[in-house]
Amino acid sequence: MRSQQAMALNNDGYLAPEHFDQVFSSHGTIMIFFMAMPFLTGLINIVVPQQIGARDVAFPFMNSISLWLTAAGAALVMVSLVIGKFSTAGWTGYPPYSGAEYSPGVGVDYWIWALLVSGVGSTMTGINFVVTIIKCRAPKMRLMQMPLFTWTTLCTSLLMAFAFPALTVVAAMLGLDRILGFHFFTNDSGGNMMNYANLIWIWGHPEVYILILPAFGVFSEVVATFSQKRLFGYKSLVYATAVITVLSFSVWLHHFFTMGSSPNVNAVFGIVTMIIAVPTGVKIFDWVFTMYKGRIIFHPAMLFTIGFLVTFVLGGVSGVLLAIPPADFLMHNSTFLVAHFHNVLIPGAVFGYFAGFQYWFPKATGFKLDEKWGARSFWFWIIGFYLAFMPLYALGFMGMSRRMERYDVAEWQPFLIVAAVGALSVLIGIVCQGMQLYVSIRDREKNRDITGDPYNGRTLEWQTASPPAEYNFAKIPDIQDIDAFWDMKQRGVAYAPAKEYEDIHLPRNTGIGVFLGGLGFLIGFAVTWYIWWLVALGFLGVLACLITRSSQDHTYQIILQPKSRPMKRLVSRHWRKRNQHRGISGHEHIQP
Amino acid sequence: MHPQSHSAKRLITGFILALALTLIPFAAVWTMAFPVELTFGIIALCALVQVGVHLHYFLGIDSRTPIENVLAMSFAGVLIFLMVGGTLWIMFDLYERMM
Repeated sequence: MRSQQAMALNNDGYLAPEHFDQVFSSHGTIMIFFMAMPFLTGLINIVVPQQIGARDVAFPFMNSISLWLTAAGAALVMVSLVIGKFSTAGWTGYPPYSGAEYSPGVGVDYWIWALLVSGVGSTMTGINFVVTIIKCRAPKMRLMQMPLFTWTTLCTSLLMAFAFPALTVVAAMLGLDRILGFHFFTNDSGGNMMNYANLIWIWGHPEVYILILPAFGVFSEVVATFSQKRLFGYKSLVYATAVITVLSFSVWLHHFFTMGSSPNVNAVFGIVTMIIAVPTGVKIFDWVFTMYKGRIIFHPAMLFTIGFLVTFVLGGVSGVLLAIPPADFLMHNSTFLVAHFHNVLIPGAVFGYFAGFQYWFPKATGFKLDEKWGARSFWFWIIGFYLAFMPLYALGFMGMSRRMERYDVAEWQPFLIVAAVGALSVLIGIVCQGMQLYVSIRDREKNRDITGDPYNGRTLEWQTASPPAEYNFAKIPDIQDIDAFWDMKQRGVAYAPAKEYEDIHLPRNTGIGVFLGGLGFLIGFAVTWYIWWLVALGFLGVLACLITRSSQDHTYQIILQPKSRPMKRLVSRHWRKRNQHRGISGHEHIQP
Repeated sequence: MHPQSHSAKRLITGFILALALTLIPFAAVWTMAFPVELTFGIIALCALVQVGVHLHYFLGIDSRTPIENVLAMSFAGVLIFLMVGGTLWIMFDLYERMM
């Protein structure tokens, strides 16, 4: 995209307008729904059960369905690259342009169904993790003892559970308009396309906090571990997160200040938008104070965190500027806006996920990532980021609007060339990440994480082995402090064997989630192409899957612990018998 | 969870009530027996009662429900108030300015 704009002065560049429109629409859709959402959900899935001392999530089967529905949505976007074409209506798909009258063809339908299918998955993920965190914590862990990442996950999950239905509804309504000729958002017959903007941003604004809160959680964990200090202001961070959660539902109008609301409406939403910057500022100070007088280790995860702190403040300030409705009227739809939201989402969300990736990689795989390549990728990313997006702020002031596939103002071109160089630098950063992965896998024997606690960590996920056993904890940990694992190490009980073990209940594996995901893809694809018999077949398949699943009685398996009382009896009887004619002793073979 | 909350009688009562509350608005729209404003009112009222029916008969929420459920529902209430109230405010405000 950037290279197109760098070249397209007074000519057509190398992308046709139609193709360029598809590129920016799919860029937004893929980045939000199929890069950021799965990345953060993946981190949550790996870390949260371990942080709260749980063996699994509350609803493992539902979790599997969520995963495969997301994959199905992503597959729909990918298929659109080959069969037919993708939407050209931008990632928010505003009608009337996205309606059947102005966008015939399959592009917008692909977009709608990718969103519907993956949106249902996200809603279920949200519900799953709210219940997991509320109900499945280790018995002694109080709410105010949960690690910060768990807190931010709880708030994000609440946002998902409440906000995603709005997206599902609005996408379904647009689908009804397009397929069945309804008039929710059309020009005539009482439709009102402004309500579309309203409804999609009721989801859309909480969505940006869904993306950013888990990253805030990652930063909180990383900054405490690598400053080797307790997190500064734990309570204020928790309260700030909770305040953001509620306020994020009351600012959505700032995405359409220019729609024509009365000054009162704009003023209220502008002020709330400014207020929501306050808890975010509190968090920034908490992280800075955590670093103050700490012995900071410059692990790549920490580099990304520091890069975030500096860069995010800039993005936040430009956001508060945009929160003033009169200023928004001037900058609306310009590249200033593009620079702003990339300036909050790249450091705020992407850097957070990268930090989390660097930080928890050994926990998930059992070996550490190469730090040299991690640092290189960080420097290319951050320099590339500044080169790519700072010029866009200036261009916004010079009057360049977003999503232009050609222009005829010669003064813009130098800035756009700088931006393209920045994009190139980011690309090198991504290559460095690939290298990092390659080098780390090549040298994995050298980088093995044998202890399960490579960074002298503070929270419970570092107590388990790396990678953790299927059941995470052989014995549910006993929690007495915010930094539970740190506290155990201080008391010298972190690795002490327990007196008594219990049997472990784990879900059995099941393939039905994969089938449901596949059927979701099939239904989405069939509706996009109006293949109605296939839609019916798909829904029949879903019904069959549900009936099959409901009639399975044994969805759980039990791992018997050798030291639990019933097992001990069983084992000793068994071994006494066998040893009588074999002469072998001991029953270590079932040790978990 | 109370043992009787999933009893067949309770579920069937809930089902019948839910069915009735769905049919009434459909009938009102189908027959157009009332003025438009009143029809809107009927649909909204039936929807609200429907929510109550689902919570009580299917999810077993009653006066003895634990405090966490009450908290969760009031949180949902706040968010629904923000979303629905905000939408109504924004859209009616726009509507007046378009006239």
